[in-house]
Amino acid sequence: MTLWSALLLACASTYAIKWLGHAVPARWLRNPRMPRVAGALTVALLASLTVMNTFASGTALALDARLAALATAALALALRLPFLLVVLLGAAAAALVRGLS
Amino acid sequence: MTEPPARTGRLAALRRPSPATRMGLSIAAATGLYGVSFGALAVAAGLTVGQAMALSLLMFTGGSQFAFIGVVAGGGSGAAALGAATLLGLRNGVYGIQLKSLLGLRGWRRWVGAQLTIDESTATALAQTTADEQRRGFWAAGGGIFVLWNLFTAVGALLGDALGDPRRWGLDGAAVAAFLGLLWPRLRQREAVALALVSGLATALALPWLPPGLPILLAALLGALWGWWVPAPPPADQPGGPT
Repeated sequence: MTLWSALLLACASTYAIKWLGHAVPARWLRNPRMPRVAGALTVALLASLTVMNTFASGTALALDARLAALATAALALALRLPFLLVVLLGAAAAALVRGLS
Repeated sequence: MTEPPARTGRLAALRRPSPATRMGLSIAAATGLYGVSFGALAVAAGLTVGQAMALSLLMFTGGSQFAFIGVVAGGGSGAAALGAATLLGLRNGVYGIQLKSLLGLRGWRRWVGAQLTIDESTATALAQTTADEQRRGFWAAGGGIFVLWNLFTAVGALLGDALGDPRRWGLDGAAVAAFLGLLWPRLRQREAVALALVSGLATALALPWLPPGLPILLAALLGALWGWWVPAPPPADQPGGPT
């Protein structure tokens, strides 16, 4: 398989997955437990993505400047600062710690 | 002569974007800029500038894209790269199912919206409380990221490693802050905090043992089982209760 054909096949498969999610029949969602499952799924996925973006280095765990970004963002959110400021402070914290180390 | 109310409303909305639009565009700016790192890393992995840009345009899901070039950079086969990208893309299917109940996209919007179904656009939509805001958040984040991600992928690929390490600018820290910022508003109930801690811990424990992408799917499975079996918290914790 050439790199181009693998690349295009991967693009086709990821798009098909996205599209299928939107095409699942509506009756599958009528179960009264569905909203609760969807809500719990969201919290679980966001927590997982936060952890992955903070600690993952390939398939290993790493403690680096991103931890400072996480702590700074948590503090900023606790102080109810606006979203964009939280994101900027996270970037600044990571850049600062990386510059110092 | 007075303008029709709808037009006035739309102009007012243009002048002062809704909170969901602003949140979507904020996360688009943070995430889109990170495309520089993808473009540069893709070229460093041995892809051509055209291949790097094709991935951002046609695949458009960061996790899968990074997985694809990661396998190629590590000397993996095209089939292995295809497998890793597909596994990491499975969560977008879950997002699509969730978004279907919120947005109910039909016709051409479903075809376009499907491509824009990624972590950030889904999270922005789910963070809103009204249907209009969910719709605005999804399109602002998804559309904004699509434009900026492709633009900065091209910039990164062209600059290549001459640019240096984008992490020096803390953009990876911006991504961390953005995901926590999206999670934070959903942690008002103690039950959600418990679930977030369990999911985060499971992800950290699974990371060294599972192929890229699977820890996130494990957390998704955990969340689904939690929602199915753990009883709902008492009504006092629900919206509408005394606060």
